[in-house]
Amino acid sequence: MEYVTPEGFRLDGRRPMEMRQLRAEIGVVSRADGSAVFEMGNTKVIAAVYGPREVKNRSEQLNDQALVRCEYSMANFSTGDRRRKHKGDRRSTEISLVIRQTMEACILTHLMPRSQIDIFVQVLQADGGTRSACINAATLALADAGIPMSDLVTSCSAGYLNNTPLLDLNYVEDSAGGPDVTVGILPKLDKVTLLQMDAKLPMNILENVMQLATEGCKAVANYIREVLLNNTKQLEFRRGV
Amino acid sequence: MRGIQLSFNKTQKLRLDKALEQLEYFSSKLNSNAIVTVSDTIPVNHEDGVLKGHGTMELEGEVVATLCGVVERVNKLVYVRPFRARYKPEIGDIIVGRVIEVAPKRWRLEINFSQDAVLMLSSMNLPDGIQRRRTAVDELNMRTIFEEYDVICAEVRGFQHDGCLHLQARSQKYGKLERGQLLTISPYLVKRQKQHFHHIDQYGIDLILGCNGFIWVGEHVEVKDDMIEDQTNKSEQQNNKLSGLASHQNQEHNYTPLELRQYICRAANAVRVLSTLGFMITVDKIMDAVEMSTSKNLNIHEMLGAEFYVLVAEREAERRSSSSKKR
Repeated sequence: MEYVTPEGFRLDGRRPMEMRQLRAEIGVVSRADGSAVFEMGNTKVIAAVYGPREVKNRSEQLNDQALVRCEYSMANFSTGDRRRKHKGDRRSTEISLVIRQTMEACILTHLMPRSQIDIFVQVLQADGGTRSACINAATLALADAGIPMSDLVTSCSAGYLNNTPLLDLNYVEDSAGGPDVTVGILPKLDKVTLLQMDAKLPMNILENVMQLATEGCKAVANYIREVLLNNTKQLEFRRGV
Repeated sequence: MRGIQLSFNKTQKLRLDKALEQLEYFSSKLNSNAIVTVSDTIPVNHEDGVLKGHGTMELEGEVVATLCGVVERVNKLVYVRPFRARYKPEIGDIIVGRVIEVAPKRWRLEINFSQDAVLMLSSMNLPDGIQRRRTAVDELNMRTIFEEYDVICAEVRGFQHDGCLHLQARSQKYGKLERGQLLTISPYLVKRQKQHFHHIDQYGIDLILGCNGFIWVGEHVEVKDDMIEDQTNKSEQQNNKLSGLASHQNQEHNYTPLELRQYICRAANAVRVLSTLGFMITVDKIMDAVEMSTSKNLNIHEMLGAEFYVLVAEREAERRSSSSKKR
């Protein structure tokens, strides 16, 4: 199948190095300490953060740092075929673990000993790149909850189809069976915290694809920062003196 | 817009936007660009020496924010004051909390902090008002003082060596809160002040603005000094306890009158509206909103409607414009 036309357009009309439209909203869950909705094109993810709060299970309590937990789920209506997915299947456990580890790397957990932070992410619409969207949404929600972080983590995916590196794959491109590289970076420190790929790629091509994904992450970071700044300004002027 | 899930009609939307625009205009005059987000560099003069406070960290010789908020500078100290975050206790703060567990010699309270707070049996006055050692009997009778899910007002005593937060309630004004509503708002909307207990004479209600963002609106309770009154009343109380009938009558007499309950609801709704709009909560503003609702002949439930939100926002804009003119 042709994923890139000779004119250089993808199936949804984007250029190979073009991202889908981003949209983010902060404070969507009123009872949560922090929450956010993050959209990349048709992919839509909601994240809620609770904590730092008292550890529920005393045996899990850590005396020198906070316990970070993450739960990922996919809404039944998120995909084209409506399917009941039981909680805790292999895929969602794996993604929960990935999100937990990436977020734990940037949260300054030593500042909140003997407490726990819960991150809940749910996919409302799945159209490829859910993993990245979840991480971006979780970052926003954590920042909204006022949890100290060493840097914002942002994530973006990239793939390689028809001998072209493609940024931010959608569902059709994702299910084409080609390589799909998900990259998470700390933009300020310029470090990679997440790198996942389920296929094989030659070394030199991987570098190109990863470079592209990193550029995507930086674009996401700029957008997230803008959203956060706007939100903080709103809070400041509304509060008054 | 955060938190407001209402359907405004076109004019209401325009009015609200205009009011908020005005607010933005007044605050932009006061504040310089001190707002930072996570991983923003905070400009500092390294020659003077810098003390890094909360919400900052050092990265490659630069001071970097780890929170979203406003940069505050006190001499050499540089710190970031966050907005939406959990409560950070300071010694002497007056807080409102909810009992979640009765443990040996202590109660555990939920106070919107990263851990549960502890109120020791020994750090509160006994109901009989006598100063003495707490015995095993006292410990067994702890549930007669506070039970699970009771709402309590107390003061922050300090951190113990193990990092636990301890509270104390060594005065008659602290203790169990009854006949009212508890509202939870973001702690950044409550300013630390000299006075956190407020008695609104006009309506006969009590307002407690807990520093942890828990706000109590309830029927006014006369704070009496138990030490003096106790001796005279003791025999009387005992008589009451003995005869179940008398106490039953007493209870009926103690019902909160309807009018008072309506005022409590009005004040509570005023707090809800102000906090969803993100305005700082003060007694003046709450009372102002209550008065506005009564003068406009709004029902209690109408206070949570779109129109009242717009009115409160407009009133706030007006207030800030008049205060900035005075300056």
